[in-house]
Amino acid sequence: MKQRPEKFFDEHGNRLDGRQRDEMRPVDINIGVLSNADGSALVSYGKTKVIAAVYGPREPTWRYNVLPDRASLYVRYHMAPFSTEERKSPAPTRREIELSKVIRESLEPVVMTELFPRTAIEIYVEVLQSDGGTRTASITAASAALADAGIPMRALVGGVAIGKVDGVLVLDLNEVEDNFGEADMPVAAAPDLGLITLFQLNGVMTLDELKEGTDMALKAIERIVEKEKQALRESATEVEAL
Amino acid sequence: MTSESKRYVVVPGEKVSVTKAPEGPYIYEFQGEKRVSVVGLVDSKPEETSFIPIKGFYVPREGDVIIGLVTSHGASNWFVDINSPYQAVLSIYDFFGVRQGGTLPDDPFNYLHVGDFIKARIVTFDRIRNPILTVQDKELGRIVNGTVITVKPAKVPRIIGRKGSMLETLRQGTGCDFFVAVNGRIHIVCANEALQEIAVMAIEMIESQSHTTGLTERVKRFIEEERKVRGV
Repeated sequence: MKQRPEKFFDEHGNRLDGRQRDEMRPVDINIGVLSNADGSALVSYGKTKVIAAVYGPREPTWRYNVLPDRASLYVRYHMAPFSTEERKSPAPTRREIELSKVIRESLEPVVMTELFPRTAIEIYVEVLQSDGGTRTASITAASAALADAGIPMRALVGGVAIGKVDGVLVLDLNEVEDNFGEADMPVAAAPDLGLITLFQLNGVMTLDELKEGTDMALKAIERIVEKEKQALRESATEVEAL
Repeated sequence: MTSESKRYVVVPGEKVSVTKAPEGPYIYEFQGEKRVSVVGLVDSKPEETSFIPIKGFYVPREGDVIIGLVTSHGASNWFVDINSPYQAVLSIYDFFGVRQGGTLPDDPFNYLHVGDFIKARIVTFDRIRNPILTVQDKELGRIVNGTVITVKPAKVPRIIGRKGSMLETLRQGTGCDFFVAVNGRIHIVCANEALQEIAVMAIEMIESQSHTTGLTERVKRFIEEERKVRGV
């Protein structure tokens, strides 16, 4: 278990990993990394690494998942046993079941499920390495994988977390800041539509901090979605370069 | 492709002003503006701006002639995989061309096995029922010769080419007979196995390089070279 650091900022006001308070970790998005899935993406936010695989729309694997008027979206968020510092039991935990639901609900507003009634779209998200912000990285990965699978979407979604440590708002929490900070606020949005699809807050923030944090998050999400678009464009033109 | 045409990739959520797009859910309107819902190419020319989806899958439409793979059977029907989100159904009465409840052979399921490919037409399909197939027409039914390969349905227009130009290149180059079904399955009948291999390789080449320019010429050269190497 990591220890609580004495201070979250050095004398220059930089964070423990040398970032400014409104600086993201390096974001890397790779599209089409799996050949057996219909669509896939590997996303890393610094040391956090998440892979997403999308199947469908197809005949539902579970009959009870059938919805008569639209496709059902199934999301499984899972952390690999080797993803954390101490081994994580591979059995699904309460937290993973909850995050699966949270990720599904943050994607449902953008996926055009009404076009394919009685089918299922399955999204498998596997956390390969966890260093805070796995749910937001998962949303970004799932959105990119859905676009790679060719499933009609109204827009791309990206996610990022805002936190409060030592009374200061910071962007894109890492694990230490998440564990020992005062607040954690994951946000996901589709900037093209001006739509917030996920908004959670764990901890205490003033109303002003909430507003400032939301602005910070939305600005960062715009940059993340821009990266997502860039990665998708590259995956579509890779052959052209030959 | 004319020289003044300009092409660029668009991704879901981006605004476009296109005048031509294939049938499907590729373009939608949000607050009065047209946006794309899948990754594709915008081909902008002086006379028109068209959208070409790069990624996607086959959605059944009534009247489409498709190539299906028999996966299992029920009491009076076969279940057919048509490379789409929905599984299709072929009635045994339709297969034998008799009226519902008419006389059938004693062993109807011995005439079409799991793993067989069939060429069929979609009779009905809507939001509440899975596609129903018929094989009662000219050139429909079980595929008995050649080979069937599956490609991404979004690549089918490129394999056919403008006014069938790419298909004509393949036909002339290999001397094979091609039937390209809209669901991304291609039936190839060739004079010998070497030619069949070349045909399959050429189609794979088109699939992987589908959005590049000057592809028809490259495919032509590829087939000629392969034929020289293999001596056919």
